Amino acid sequence: MLFRCENDQPLLRAENLEKRYKRADALDSKEEVAALSEVSFSIFPRTTLALVGESGSGKSTLALCLACLERPTSGNIWFGEREVTALNEKELRAIRPQIQLVFQDPASSLNPGWTALEIVSEPLLVQQRLGKQARRAKAHALLEQVGIPAEKASKRPGIFSGGQRQRLAIARALALEPKVLILDEALSALDCSVQAQIVNLLLELQTSLGLTYLFISHDFAMAAHLSDQIAVMHQGRIVETGSVETVVHAPKHTVTQRLITAAMGSPALPYPPKVA
Amino acid sequence: MNMDREAGKGLPLVHRMRPFLEIQDLHVAYHSRAGRDVPALAGVTFEVQAGEILGVLGESGSGKSTLAAALLRLLPANGKIQKGAVRFEGQDLLPAKPPELEKIRGGRIAIIFQEPSMALHPTIRVGKQISDVVAAHEAIRGCALREKTLRVLTTVFPAEAQRVSESYPHQLSGGQRQRVLMAQAIACSPSLVIADEPTASLDPSTQEEILSLFRTLRQKLNLAMILITHNPAILAGLADRILVLYAGRVAEIGPTEEVLTLPRHPYTRALLECLPPRIEEELFHRKAKLTVIPGDSPNMARVVNGCQFGPRCIDRMDVCTAIEPAEVTFSDRHAVSCFKYGG
Repeated sequence: MLFRCENDQPLLRAENLEKRYKRADALDSKEEVAALSEVSFSIFPRTTLALVGESGSGKSTLALCLACLERPTSGNIWFGEREVTALNEKELRAIRPQIQLVFQDPASSLNPGWTALEIVSEPLLVQQRLGKQARRAKAHALLEQVGIPAEKASKRPGIFSGGQRQRLAIARALALEPKVLILDEALSALDCSVQAQIVNLLLELQTSLGLTYLFISHDFAMAAHLSDQIAVMHQGRIVETGSVETVVHAPKHTVTQRLITAAMGSPALPYPPKVA
Repeated sequence: MNMDREAGKGLPLVHRMRPFLEIQDLHVAYHSRAGRDVPALAGVTFEVQAGEILGVLGESGSGKSTLAAALLRLLPANGKIQKGAVRFEGQDLLPAKPPELEKIRGGRIAIIFQEPSMALHPTIRVGKQISDVVAAHEAIRGCALREKTLRVLTTVFPAEAQRVSESYPHQLSGGQRQRVLMAQAIACSPSLVIADEPTASLDPSTQEEILSLFRTLRQKLNLAMILITHNPAILAGLADRILVLYAGRVAEIGPTEEVLTLPRHPYTRALLECLPPRIEEELFHRKAKLTVIPGDSPNMARVVNGCQFGPRCIDRMDVCTAIEPAEVTFSDRHAVSCFKYGG
């Protein structure tokens, strides 16, 4: 596997995670839904784990648990040496900046009334890092890093294109210098040509900043391209996991096989098409 | 509506030979708050044959949703059709009066929008939402109406039409809601369905289910469809022909397989080259940079001289920045607007 050394310890590790929710349509009943069951996996530093699966398979619930925004009902999560599931709320606040999220729809995850500079500065302000001048300088540097032109720093997200908004969301996620980025369907709302630009940005950032990614997607082809490891989720469980090569060339579970077939197009016209 | 089509069969041959849907030099602009007219479509011309699925492929800002809305004259208040003609089954739609349009919308041409959870009323049962469509177009009520509603639902939910009919939209999955929209669309046996990003919010296996439903219904009902999307994958296994829209203009139009494997327009080619490699080839290309189209997506508020794709095109020539290319025909079904081929 790429970038992985013999003595590397997993950066993020989950063991036997379980998350149950009370049913929303039965207020008084004790009936529960298991969103995650027996979920175990490891992500190694500077690598990408793709989490693929159909809607409702538990991908986003897992993302929230890993980002310390939801507490699993049972099971353990380790971030490096620390077991985050054993931490209290105050201790969690120190862990959260290390694991940041980028969501699907940048239009609804960015405050429309703020300028790009304000959006990117906010995490620094909340965490009370840096003085006013240094914060501004850092925010400008972040915008430059994700390829947003300097003259757009004082503009609001409304005038940004979809791709630029997603760049802005990535810049905000990077503000606190996290080790892990959770990309929850971060490419799904974008046009194909814009997806390619954001993919390239993510690849560059991974190399230059040594980032670790959890790439959540229902696009199997894109997941295979961006990742080192793939985990396939189905009904709250990880049904198959392994290196991209193994999962793609010898898929064992029917869900994996179905996802791969769906991504390959028809035999008559394979997808993506071979452009002559 | 059925009667109209029956009547069409008696028409002289010349009439029946005219294209089923014909769009000619369509220009649409939006009046901006700054008081300017910003073009969205600038001279779009194409035809659709009866029973044909035409895929319209375009990225944000290409004008694809404007096209869907303009065909049924559903543009927002600041949108204006400036020029052009839309002829459907021999009728000119642009001068049509509101009562005539109401008969056509949902009757002979149905439209399906992107977000199924937004297109359905959250507190009205699904069955009622379908029978409302039928009642608006046909003079049947009571028992007959209920029967017809159930019959329509059975075409998209063979096993559970009754249960779905009594459900509220929130009790259904995303794919099921999309099926309900399809049922609503075909309720009055239209001959054309326009679908604007019908599967964008669905995961791939549900998407595939909906696409195969489209295939079945097209065969069963001889429906023509205009399928609008930004995702070439959706068109690959479904569309008969693909129209590539760029900056409100037709860049390329041709048979699906030809457009996808032998794209002639530099934009079509560049767009397809942006896609990640085929899964089985990932072994060699994994984590490699993807090809991108240089430059920014078109900004319709800023007029470019000559070809709209010119500033981003790797094959750009001097002539490209001077005048707009005309359409060049390769075969009777494949045409491209590009100077590379004479223009």
